[in-house]
Amino acid sequence: MTSDQIIWVPLLPFIAFIVNILAGRWLKNRAALCSIATSSIACVIALPVCWKVFNGAHFAHQGTWLMLGTVPLKFGYLMDPLSATLLFMVTIVGTLIQIYAAGYMHGDPRYSRFFAYVSLFMSAMLTLVISDNYLLFFMSWEIMGLCSYLLIGFYFEKASAANASLKAFLTTRIGDIGFLLGFLTLFTAIGTLNFAQMNTIMAGAHGGPDALNTGLLALAALLIFCGTIGKSAQFPLHVWLPDAMEGPTPVSALIHAATMVAAGVFLVARSFSLFMVVPNILPIVTAIGTITAFMAAFIALTQNDIKRVLAYSTISQLGYMVTAMGLSGLGAGTFHLITHAFFKALLFLGAGSVIHGAHVQDIREMGGLFKKMPQTAITFIIASLALSGVPPLSGFWSKDEILLAAFGSGNFLVFGILLLTAFMTAFYMFRLIFMTFFGTARNHDVHAHESPSLMTVPLWCLAVGSVVIGIPGSPFMHHWFQKFMAHMVHYPEYEPSAFVMTCSVVVAAFGIGLAGVMYLGQKHWAAAVARTFPSFYRLSFNKFYFDELYSAYLIKPFNALGRKLFGFDEKVIDGAVNGTGQNTLFLSGLKNWIDKYIVDGAVNFMGTAVYFLNSFTKRVQTGFVQNYLLIVFFVLIVFLAFELKF
Amino acid sequence: MIGIPLSHILIFSLILFAIGVYGALVRRNIIGILISIELMLNAANINLIAFSKYTSLSPETGQIFALFVMAIAATAAAVGLAIVLALYRVRKTVQADEVNLLKW
Repeated sequence: MTSDQIIWVPLLPFIAFIVNILAGRWLKNRAALCSIATSSIACVIALPVCWKVFNGAHFAHQGTWLMLGTVPLKFGYLMDPLSATLLFMVTIVGTLIQIYAAGYMHGDPRYSRFFAYVSLFMSAMLTLVISDNYLLFFMSWEIMGLCSYLLIGFYFEKASAANASLKAFLTTRIGDIGFLLGFLTLFTAIGTLNFAQMNTIMAGAHGGPDALNTGLLALAALLIFCGTIGKSAQFPLHVWLPDAMEGPTPVSALIHAATMVAAGVFLVARSFSLFMVVPNILPIVTAIGTITAFMAAFIALTQNDIKRVLAYSTISQLGYMVTAMGLSGLGAGTFHLITHAFFKALLFLGAGSVIHGAHVQDIREMGGLFKKMPQTAITFIIASLALSGVPPLSGFWSKDEILLAAFGSGNFLVFGILLLTAFMTAFYMFRLIFMTFFGTARNHDVHAHESPSLMTVPLWCLAVGSVVIGIPGSPFMHHWFQKFMAHMVHYPEYEPSAFVMTCSVVVAAFGIGLAGVMYLGQKHWAAAVARTFPSFYRLSFNKFYFDELYSAYLIKPFNALGRKLFGFDEKVIDGAVNGTGQNTLFLSGLKNWIDKYIVDGAVNFMGTAVYFLNSFTKRVQTGFVQNYLLIVFFVLIVFLAFELKF
Repeated sequence: MIGIPLSHILIFSLILFAIGVYGALVRRNIIGILISIELMLNAANINLIAFSKYTSLSPETGQIFALFVMAIAATAAAVGLAIVLALYRVRKTVQADEVNLLKW
């Protein structure tokens, strides 16, 4: 077991964070080098270990961190199929995005701070991936939340960015509280927070008589799932993710598409044995995932900001993954997580490249950019094809697995909704592409140019990844990935179905075709559709009025309560404080008077009295030496007289 | 041993001492006062010698005391005369009743 070097994987980015945050002012542009170097070294360390795990090895190590009474609290790492897969993805995608960011952020006044935050984020994400217990998991989870907050509000001069960062932080907090309570409940129920031990206990529960308190476990699972809802932006806490696009685009790619938001899905995958044991929780997971997938895709149809479309697309795809988990499809969900990380990171980086080149974000102002930035356009189209589920790109295989899980388990309603979502996904992605890269330029003030190679090279790397990363889960490798995941926790597998594949391809092709007709050919169709179904259009365009609902029913009452409490504070508490102050002032005046006239008076009286007495007694001192001598003799004589008893 | 009885010597030294006190109290000249003080010291010396001779087992004790008193009297006289000299330089006088600055 020579895999202890794995602890350097999260430590190295942390060192980069320390260096950049302390010495950033002197490092300037070398800050990026520092972050990229540590991230690359972490990648180099991690990949051989991942390779060993892919070949069937299993590493775990733990040390006692502190004692809770007699219960030791152990921290350690766990390298099983799930963490190895995630580690593989996070190190590669993270490094590529940081390389891209070095070009994208060039010339920013807070360049080094950006890379410090990104390194801290990488460190937390990698800790989360390899952690072997809920507590360490939760700690890195929270650090990621902090980094997300800091990076969304990176341009904090803009009020919208500052508000978005607050919104993201507070919204995910709701889920985090649930997660915290969830794993504490779990600890109460089974007495351990270690993943491996939990898996063993849960596996035992399948066979013998049910000794476990399933009610408590169900509560724990539900609360843990709250963490997923918050972090992976599931309905009804999805509202923060679109606003999170105020952050720099590499951050959107790294945190809000590829890694952090996927951590919520990873959490369900980690707790999978728990979810399998307790009844009635998986249907809730499925429902939430399906609602999210459909709703977000529906909203994405009408959005005009390039990053917002991608954000809703991310929410929708996360919904897919959560649905997969809910359908007991651990392999399918994790598989989609990995493929999605590659192509969605690529899409965001491509969008960043467009924004960097064209300096606009609204797709209505773009058009005909293909000729001006061909590399960005080609990689963007590859990623979109992957996302839309066009074979043989990665997204097709992973999405097919999820559809198969829905179809195979007999949830035809879910299957239908997911197919509809897949159609909408293909449609909105190609609406985006046709409006951005094809047609004619709509705004002639936009003078786009291709991005530097520091940015296009990572695009190509990710494009290659988006194409090939689906192979391990495809029939070409006999669904190796799904079998690999099944080593960890047993879950149902389904025979590949030609019907599902055909459906998937047909809806994707239909979506792409319809987008082509509506945005390249018959351009008046889009407006006509919007006029025909005005309520649907408004619902989609206004994002189902979630922000307005939350504002009216949650934020306003809270603000009103806050103002009431402020009034209470101002009148009662401040009044009490001020009253105390005035009392003290009055008492002090009284004491001052006593001091001045009584205490000082006594002291001065003593002085005056002594002075007055002295005016008599000082007469003795005549200054004549002989007077003194005479007194001495008289006194002597008097003493002698007493002594001799005259 | 034929000699003068102790009481005679004591009376003599008493007279000498009384003369010294009288001089110290009434002389206005500071040098006179100093001389009177010397008289008093010498009266004491005579007492010491007399008691040493008549009552002590080892007569040297009183004599040594007398020698010490003489030496100290000499230094006291030296210091006193130096003060008188300094006073004279500043105030142009050696009269004690004209020097009364050290009063209230």
